[in-house]
Amino acid sequence: MSHPESQHGSMDLEHQEHHVVGPKVYLLIFFTLLVCTGLTTWVAFIDLGVLNPVIALAIACFKAGLVVLFFMHIHYSSKLLKLTVASGLFMFLVLITMTLSDYISRAWGLW
Amino acid sequence: MSSANTIVQLPDQSTAQLPRKHYLNQELGLKSWLLTGDHKRIAMLYLFSITFFFFIGGAFASLIRLQLLTPGSDLLAPDTYNKVFSMHGIVMIFLFLVPSVPATLGNFLIPIMIGAKDLAFPKINLLSWYLFVAGGLFILAAMILGGVDTGWTFTTPLSTHYLNTHVVTAALGIFIAGFASILTGLNFIVTIHRMRAPGMTWFRLPLFVWGHYAASILMVLGTPVLAITLVLVALERTIGIGVFDPTKGGDPLLFQHLFWFYSHPAVYIMILPGMAVISEVISTFSRKRIFGYTAVAFSSVAIAIFGFFVWEHHMFIMGVSNYSALVFSLLTMLVAVPSAIKIFNWSATLYKGSITFETPMLYAFGFLGLFTIGGLTGVFLGSMGMDVHLTETYFIVAHFHFVMVGGMLMAYLAGMHFWWPKITGRMYPEAISKLAAVVTFIGFIFTFFPQFILGYLGMPRRYASYPPEFQVLNVLSTAGASILAVGYLLPMLYMPWSLKYGKIAGNNPWQATGLEWQITSPPLTENFVETPIVDHEAYDYEWLANQTEHEVKTVG
Ligand code: HEM
Ligand SMILES: [Cu+2]
Repeated sequence: MSHPESQHGSMDLEHQEHHVVGPKVYLLIFFTLLVCTGLTTWVAFIDLGVLNPVIALAIACFKAGLVVLFFMHIHYSSKLLKLTVASGLFMFLVLITMTLSDYISRAWGLW
Repeated sequence: MSSANTIVQLPDQSTAQLPRKHYLNQELGLKSWLLTGDHKRIAMLYLFSITFFFFIGGAFASLIRLQLLTPGSDLLAPDTYNKVFSMHGIVMIFLFLVPSVPATLGNFLIPIMIGAKDLAFPKINLLSWYLFVAGGLFILAAMILGGVDTGWTFTTPLSTHYLNTHVVTAALGIFIAGFASILTGLNFIVTIHRMRAPGMTWFRLPLFVWGHYAASILMVLGTPVLAITLVLVALERTIGIGVFDPTKGGDPLLFQHLFWFYSHPAVYIMILPGMAVISEVISTFSRKRIFGYTAVAFSSVAIAIFGFFVWEHHMFIMGVSNYSALVFSLLTMLVAVPSAIKIFNWSATLYKGSITFETPMLYAFGFLGLFTIGGLTGVFLGSMGMDVHLTETYFIVAHFHFVMVGGMLMAYLAGMHFWWPKITGRMYPEAISKLAAVVTFIGFIFTFFPQFILGYLGMPRRYASYPPEFQVLNVLSTAGASILAVGYLLPMLYMPWSLKYGKIAGNNPWQATGLEWQITSPPLTENFVETPIVDHEAYDYEWLANQTEHEVKTVG
């Protein structure tokens, strides 16, 4: 069988220099995530009106960012990979904003 | 272009020989297929699987048309009819059309067209086939256990609250098959970025590769949303989480937003690879470079991007905001522009070309006419006022069958015939396959054109019975469907026949310019004896004519 991985171009895909991340960073991120989870739970019991979901989502986004940047190594990756992740985020924003165009104006009635 | 006015001499095939060693006989035995990393063999595995599912879907289609032969529900009970059209849609869309061209021809050809020995991740490619089969088995299980009747659209709250059929099993199957398509897309993107041969710049890529690149973007960015949406439906059904349930603060329309966020781009996942095939076929059989190469290449990417901004046109009558609908209606008009660019450029390519009418070209002509009608009726549906009248009628059914069957399936068959000599090393029988192409076209028109009229007159889709005054057009449609069935059965007979009795094709039976035509048919396992160095543009027929020896490297 052929080993196409070893042909031109592809080899650096699977053997790209891996930035070695020490356990310290992982532990730090892990505890930050735990603290954030605690924070989310705590805030949920305080009545802040519309701010409740806003804060919960903000914390969740922050946590997701940490996971993507450090656990998924994007912080140490090439520009192309960063761009790939960004395109996913962009599509997500399109999904949210275009959907909101319906929810925000649904109650306006007819023009 | 000077070569444009010479009718091309196709090579003499009487002396052509099969190479001694090629990807089909390199290794033998079932295991060598089931554990293969060769993109060409994986393409064949996919070909078998999707052909199987095409016939399952086709059987359901026949049941639908037979039921609608008469106004009453004479053949099937209404409940059963609901299951039949749902399973027809689910199988045809998720198990046939989405993988049709990319997983077979795309897998086979993309590495060869860019001068690589395989895709970037051969094992992930094989994994994608296993996922596809697993997803297919779940969907088959859902059918055998009693079926599912949500429609292919899994509309809430019908799917979450009211049905007792195998919704979760079917959704799970689609979920799994979805990952097959994500992995295929990922593999294509990485391959096209990283594995191009020296000299193969982005603007020397055949348009086939551009079309697949655009479709891959959609697969990777869109399919996860479908996966999440189906998981939410399953969770709603099983433990009632409430996202789509107004009594718990949810919104059934949220399901529609999420579902169509994937499913509108999904229609382009289905059509872009078809357009990719058409570019190759039209160039080859008019012996001209595709007119406006860059415009065609970029219009694929434009379709992929704009395709994400129009989904609400499926929801105009569902109670969405009027203001939002207005915006989406406008954007829908815009998304037809890149498709039109392609049609115009293909037509311009034909102009003063040395056109010949081999089977792939006949299918391509079918594509041009039928896709144009399908796309234009899409614009009707995209204008809000018209849509109120036409939505949920047979007009929609006709619209999407014109684009998906008249467009994509024609393109698929065009591609299958075009590359059959490359895949198998043998020619299909030309006369009977021309007949099949014509029969398909005639059958298609009779089946689906009456449905535009039926829809305009107000016959709703998805009902087992209809008022008697609609019968004449329905009988026409059913009669057309039986002609269409003949058109599809013919290739099923002569393609396998040609494996043994077809004329030996030689390397480049069509005198086409792609790299895939410069190697042996069937190709070697490693595709190229040495990495090709590309020094000419795509579709450069002068370059081809200047090659002293067309039958390069018949190394066996
Ligand atoms: C070229 C431009 C196109 C436009 C402007 C367009 C527009 C539309 C619109 C507005 C609808 C919704 C109608 C309604 O629900 O009331 C629709 C439905 C549909 N279109 Fe298109 N379309 C286009 C191309 C395509 C293509 C290329 C495909 C597939 C290959 C496709 C497949 C479908 C399907 C499957 C539906 C029906 C979905 C369902 O309700 O089951 N369309 N189209
Ligand atoms: Cu759409």
